[in-house]
Amino acid sequence: MVQTADPVERASLERGARKAESRRGFLIGLPAWIYLTIFFAIPLGIVFVYSLGTRTSTGATRLEDLNFDSYARLAEPLVRQIAWRSLTLAVITTALCLLIGYPFAYFVATRSRAMRNVLLVLIMIPFWSNFLVRTYAWRVLLGSDGLVSQITQLLGLGETRLLFTPSAVLIGLVYGFLPFMILPLYASIERMDWSLVEAGRDLYASGWTAFRKITWPLSRPGVVAGSILVFIPAIGAYVTPAILGGSTSTLLGQYVVDQFLAARNWPFGSALSFAIMSVMLLATVIYFRVGGRNL
Amino acid sequence: MASKLRLIAVLGVVALVAAACGGDDDAGGGDATCEVDQTDGDLLLYNWSEYIDPDLLTAFAEQHGVTVSQTFYDSNESMLAQIQMGQAYDVIVPSDYMVTIMVDDGLIVELQRDAIPNLANLDPTFADPAYDPGGRYSAAYQWGTTGLAVDMDVVGEDFEPSWGLVFDPELAGQGGISMLNDPRETMGAALKYLGYSLNSTSLDELQEAADLVAAANITKFDSLQYTDDLINGEVAVSHGFSGTFFFVIDDVDGWDRYAYFVPEEGGTVWVDNMSIPTNAEHPCTAHTFINFILDAENGAALTNWNYSASPNEAAEEFIDPEILEDESIYPSEESFERLEFIVDTGDFEINYTDYFSRARN
Amino acid sequence: MNAGRRRRGPVQRLLAANAWLVYAFLYLPILVLIAFSFNANERNVSVWTGGTLKWYGEVFQNPNVTGAIRNSLVVAFVATLVSTVIGTAAAISLERFRYRGQRGYDGLLYMPVIIPDVTMAVMMLLFFAQGFAMIHGLFGVRFTFGLGTIALSHIAFNISFVAIVVRARLGQMDPSIEEAAADLYAGRWATFRKVTLPMILPGVLGGALLALTLSLDDVVITSFVTGPGSTTLPVYVFGLVRRGVSPLINAVSVLMLVASMVLVGASLMVQRARSRS
Repeated sequence: MVQTADPVERASLERGARKAESRRGFLIGLPAWIYLTIFFAIPLGIVFVYSLGTRTSTGATRLEDLNFDSYARLAEPLVRQIAWRSLTLAVITTALCLLIGYPFAYFVATRSRAMRNVLLVLIMIPFWSNFLVRTYAWRVLLGSDGLVSQITQLLGLGETRLLFTPSAVLIGLVYGFLPFMILPLYASIERMDWSLVEAGRDLYASGWTAFRKITWPLSRPGVVAGSILVFIPAIGAYVTPAILGGSTSTLLGQYVVDQFLAARNWPFGSALSFAIMSVMLLATVIYFRVGGRNL
Repeated sequence: MASKLRLIAVLGVVALVAAACGGDDDAGGGDATCEVDQTDGDLLLYNWSEYIDPDLLTAFAEQHGVTVSQTFYDSNESMLAQIQMGQAYDVIVPSDYMVTIMVDDGLIVELQRDAIPNLANLDPTFADPAYDPGGRYSAAYQWGTTGLAVDMDVVGEDFEPSWGLVFDPELAGQGGISMLNDPRETMGAALKYLGYSLNSTSLDELQEAADLVAAANITKFDSLQYTDDLINGEVAVSHGFSGTFFFVIDDVDGWDRYAYFVPEEGGTVWVDNMSIPTNAEHPCTAHTFINFILDAENGAALTNWNYSASPNEAAEEFIDPEILEDESIYPSEESFERLEFIVDTGDFEINYTDYFSRARN
Repeated sequence: MNAGRRRRGPVQRLLAANAWLVYAFLYLPILVLIAFSFNANERNVSVWTGGTLKWYGEVFQNPNVTGAIRNSLVVAFVATLVSTVIGTAAAISLERFRYRGQRGYDGLLYMPVIIPDVTMAVMMLLFFAQGFAMIHGLFGVRFTFGLGTIALSHIAFNISFVAIVVRARLGQMDPSIEEAAADLYAGRWATFRKVTLPMILPGVLGGALLALTLSLDDVVITSFVTGPGSTTLPVYVFGLVRRGVSPLINAVSVLMLVASMVLVGASLMVQRARSRS
């Protein structure tokens, strides 16, 4: 460092150094910003432009005379029905994952260190396993001849065919996304200040009150993170309904894909995509504000 | 700096959009003239699944020293979507009405007849069809009907050969029902049941058909697994293409408990064709492949394998006589009265897709 | 950190029971999947008719499968490499520096994580379709969908995930160590190489592993930007599943599971080795 006695000169040198730091920081991140601008921001813009286009009779897209007709279609009863269905499914999935995942994460976080590692590895394995494969496993289990059906037949309850029903999709979604809920929950609970929890137990007569007033609020960042990690993919889910659902009750993901691969209505499909994304963004921002930012 | 990046992003979008509007219109890879049996690279085939014997493809590959890779689609519309996106396949297999659409959109090229001498093998009816006058853009591949296959252990041996097995609450409901995930086929079935044409351009008729489909207790809409589901007991009534049923059922023990029929109210007769997309990268190999398939023996091998009817007159002497005599595969004259070809309805077409979407939910 | 002593009680027993149920729920389908991959029944995979190894043999002889495996590995390798480098740089840039417009970049970096993959698939499809049309119009060169478009798309979402993991690690680190090192060493680059990088390496490796997994797992985005001949393994399996279930799919799935487990095992061993040294 250059030493100089003159405070003015030193201040300006420091300013220069800060500016150089600043620029260096920006340059280090530059590859990312450029890549994401080209391969994310621009595609997003293109989707928006397409959403303003018109579909020709053969399914090609005309980009002259931009209009908002596709967005007007979003108010149609069919769209609202599908959106509502996807929303409720996502909410139920998230709730179930939380209900099952929270006690589980709490349990693991309160074991001994050695035990915790083992239990964590056992959760990691399904987490890292291929999502498609895990969903396919339920396909085999839920059919009329599948294991679940064979068990109910043994119990005298007759054949069950859960496959191709909304319940199958729900099971598949909970199964697929449970690890996404458990891991952030675990991380958050493990990091809690347990002296507070102990104090709470001493303070409050009921364990439930202690939980409600101390543990739950402390673990909220994990709850928020886990919920987002489940809710967002659940709303746009495509693979799980495609494998376990029967396309008798379409969900958003399938509906969007249909616009591109079957109906060939790119403007409408783009409007749908853009709308879904905007809602997601809004929901995430709100959720973060409410829950405290801690991804 | 940040604002500069934003500017670049905006300019980028504008440029790309401008290019789209500018729209260029080029004749594509079909410029080169092809000779008989000439190849210019490997074959990229885009086909319906279980439609061609892999051994036949191997034979072609070995005979001409190229590799063949096959990708599958399950509906004309999704194939059209891929081609419109710019995916470059060499040979595609569009159905009758889809050929008309693709010609209108400039998506397929005129076939070079000199490179396909075996076109002479085609039965005259198929060589000059209504959907492609003069057969300039397509070469007939296989044809057949769309109908219902039922499990007689569930519906009984005396079942009504009618679409009512799907749409009539009194006849339906004895087991699952699977319908094709195809707007024209499934809406067409409902239209026929109601006594209308399956090429109707009346919104009222379409609405009636949609209401029928919505009210029917349909287990699933699937264009790929309808036979498997029938055999596995997931459904007892299955809507699908003639050839596929026979192809799959042939392998199954106790196959005679299943029956395929075209309902008495009528149904679809379809012709699938081979065409070459405008942006095909290996057009000469494509022409050679078409010529290969139109060969009398290869055409017969095709039918003997996939149980669909052949449009190839010269192939008839090599086709398994049992197949030739089967009325479900080769419908009789009087059955033909009840059958309709699907015809493109132009600007009205999108309504089939939209009404079907609504009905399906 | 001590979680505190727990009293043995009904609540504890319930928690334990819940935990075991969760493990059963998570593992049972996988075990069934593995078991039925040895099923000789071609038509109906759920009905056991006998044991056989033939499906595993077919996996390796089927050119569609081996081709798909190759494509998946190539794309995953490229995507992981590029996104790890770029993502780590982005993380460092956001955590250790201050500059104008940083919040905007932060937002941009988070967006690929937040959007559903169907939307991302649509975005990339339109981008490439439009881009190819423009390039063809301007230069007459015709690009097509294929491994390139798949890799580019994977990198796009992986950068964000890598950055998140590395940022978490950076956030846990004590910046004063780096400052001390900066005083010791002559240059920023030396500081980075000798101090920062080793400290964030677990995070970088974690991010790389995540990127690898996401790339190998991806179905929707890949299937939208794939071209003839560039099918990846999950897209291929997805296509197979749509056409029916068969023990072949089980066999392929088991192989994919084994591959994931090997990856997890390897990463755990690396982490253990690091934490020891």
